[in-house]
Amino acid sequence: MRRQLALVMTAVTVAAAVSACGDSGSSDSKTIKVAYQKFGNFIGADELFKKIKPVFEQQNPGVKLKLIPVEADENSYYTKLGLMRRSKATAPDVAYEDTFFVNSDAQAKFLMPLDSKLSAWSDWGQFVDAAKAAGRAGDGKTYGVPMGTDTRGLWYNKKIFAKAGLPADWQPKSWNDVLTAARQIKAKVPGVIPLNVYAGKGVGEAASMQGFEMLLYGTANKLYNDQTKKWVAPSRGITDSMNFLNTIFSEKLGPTPQQALDPHWSDNVQGQELPQGKLAIDLDGSWLPQSWIPGGASAWPEWSKTLGTTPMPTQNGQAPGKVSLSGGWLLSVGANTKNPDAAWKLVQLAMNKENSLFFYTKATQVSVRGDVTSDPAYLQGNPTQKFWTDMVSVTQYRPAYAVYPQISNQLQAATESVITGQATPDKATSDLAGQIKQLAGPDKVEGAP
Amino acid sequence: MVAVGLPDARARRSRATRGRRAAARVLPIIPAFALIALFFLGPILWCLYASFTDVALTGATASTPHLIGLRNYRRMFEDPAFRQSLWLTVAFVLGSAVIGQNVGGMALALLMKSRSRIARAVVGAIVVGAWVMPELVAGFVWYAFLSDDGTLNAILHGVGLHGKSWLYAMPLLSVTLANIWRGTAFSMLVYSAALSNVPDDLLEAAAVDGASAFARLRHITLPLMRRAVMTNLMTITLQTLAVFTLIFVMTGGGPGTKTQTLPIYMYQSAFKFYQLGYGAALAIVLLAVGGVFSIVYLRMMREEV
Repeated sequence: MRRQLALVMTAVTVAAAVSACGDSGSSDSKTIKVAYQKFGNFIGADELFKKIKPVFEQQNPGVKLKLIPVEADENSYYTKLGLMRRSKATAPDVAYEDTFFVNSDAQAKFLMPLDSKLSAWSDWGQFVDAAKAAGRAGDGKTYGVPMGTDTRGLWYNKKIFAKAGLPADWQPKSWNDVLTAARQIKAKVPGVIPLNVYAGKGVGEAASMQGFEMLLYGTANKLYNDQTKKWVAPSRGITDSMNFLNTIFSEKLGPTPQQALDPHWSDNVQGQELPQGKLAIDLDGSWLPQSWIPGGASAWPEWSKTLGTTPMPTQNGQAPGKVSLSGGWLLSVGANTKNPDAAWKLVQLAMNKENSLFFYTKATQVSVRGDVTSDPAYLQGNPTQKFWTDMVSVTQYRPAYAVYPQISNQLQAATESVITGQATPDKATSDLAGQIKQLAGPDKVEGAP
Repeated sequence: MVAVGLPDARARRSRATRGRRAAARVLPIIPAFALIALFFLGPILWCLYASFTDVALTGATASTPHLIGLRNYRRMFEDPAFRQSLWLTVAFVLGSAVIGQNVGGMALALLMKSRSRIARAVVGAIVVGAWVMPELVAGFVWYAFLSDDGTLNAILHGVGLHGKSWLYAMPLLSVTLANIWRGTAFSMLVYSAALSNVPDDLLEAAAVDGASAFARLRHITLPLMRRAVMTNLMTITLQTLAVFTLIFVMTGGGPGTKTQTLPIYMYQSAFKFYQLGYGAALAIVLLAVGGVFSIVYLRMMREEV
């Protein structure tokens, strides 16, 4: 009796374990799995795929579309996507992919090259060249269709500017113009933060991209030399950028270091400091209105009357006079998909004119399709959309290499040491150069005087 | 021959029966053992293997990792961030477990020993309440208490004092205090149980002989509790070594790297910088650190008084 019971228990346990293993691996040519991020304010991709699911299934009889919304912040989304791709059974057929991982994911053989499919797609001509280039990896092949982009520049509060005696149509021509305005605000409008430039590890990538790189790319140097294929450090540009940050924090033109290092600082800027009129100038991204539009996390109907936008100037006003950096996401097809044709049809459907416009609007994206950009419906409802779309002409992308996340982390640490006064700009620059050499390898780094 | 052969056959038969009986006893454990091997031993072995490779989450080595021998471990000892996180881990374990939870738990147990039932019930409920709380909730509670516009600063402002950015100014102390607050109950429970096993007549005899309270504690109570102390130290040390959620919620390992203990550093390496191989090597080192602590405690426990 006892032995029988033991046998039964054994059988039950084994059966449960086996069925649990079998369940997750249902990957066949009749189901197309699409993985995308869904987090906090960002529900644009979820809305897009929910909208097109019935259309896709109707157009492709017998094929089911399975939505996999990954609830995670940007960094964790990428971790989860990477883990899903480690097994063929869980790898998605189509994925929402950060342009700046295209290179390393292509090297990892996670992605399928789309060149032959793209050349046969009539819509492909509508995409702007900069965005096309963002989906191209180091091997020259294209691995994804861009879902829009974002650009960066200066937001400023016109009401505070009026109090400080600054023009409502502000057009700074150099870093000095920006600092002069900030000093004037500090003198005439006490109680507000004159200028916010992200720095430090608390806000993560915002410190690298909206902060440090928006400065560096306005100098004569960049972070990576595309000709020599080497990282550039130390450089005059890095030291000057560190000096600019040092000026802001030592003259108390910015937030306190404690505020700037709070992991929630970028959310606070978007949700509180700007809407409550506590911040005059903010070096930030095109997506901020996402939380101010009706239904957003901190609805603020008057935002477009209060805030103005202007390009971030280059260091001394040298050509092209303005700076913008871009990120942006694309749809990629998995290298191991069982049904590449259906996966490609899904990408085409999701990124046709109508659905691109839908996604740009829902996710506050900057258009990368010529036919959408000229569509009046695109500019409707967001008065700054034209400004941010025009920035695409000067925008630049981050160096898309697998080591970038670590180098970015060192950038953040270096800016943190400057704004907390732990290191002088010169020392922060040489420390940073040492770290980059260690991460990328000494033969992959060059200095620039 | 017969006389010799008989016990042999009997022994053989009994050995066979014993074998069958043993098999019958072992059989029910097999599924449990298989599950443990699959979900516990398996990952550890994979982790050990991964620590000798350059496997990553993206990039060329994601799909075709190479065996790189001890390079991950060598890199670790040249890595100042690793050294820093090792020291932070030691400081955190010593401060919050070996000193904080251990001494706090002992003090509470001693103080509660001869108090009234009601006092014991009330104090016990409060202390155990902190322990029952999930780590995530405890972390959030402490974040809410210590953050810039948190409860502590509100109270300080209320009585006219200036607050401080606690999590920014003294991050390691903040997470250490939070871990003491959370974990003291466990030590208290262990020591309360051990104290009740110390015979009262010994203590009374010593008191009659004129031993002071401190001498009684030093020479009778503590030696008799030695095993409980060692068991408790081992448990809380291993628990504290693995604390991740509490620190991650309160400071995220920051500001800078000031609270980046080994578990946080491991998480960062593997899942933020996508270097699974290096993260796995850190995990093995963490396992080894725990092992060394366990051996030391086990040795100390074996020495008889």
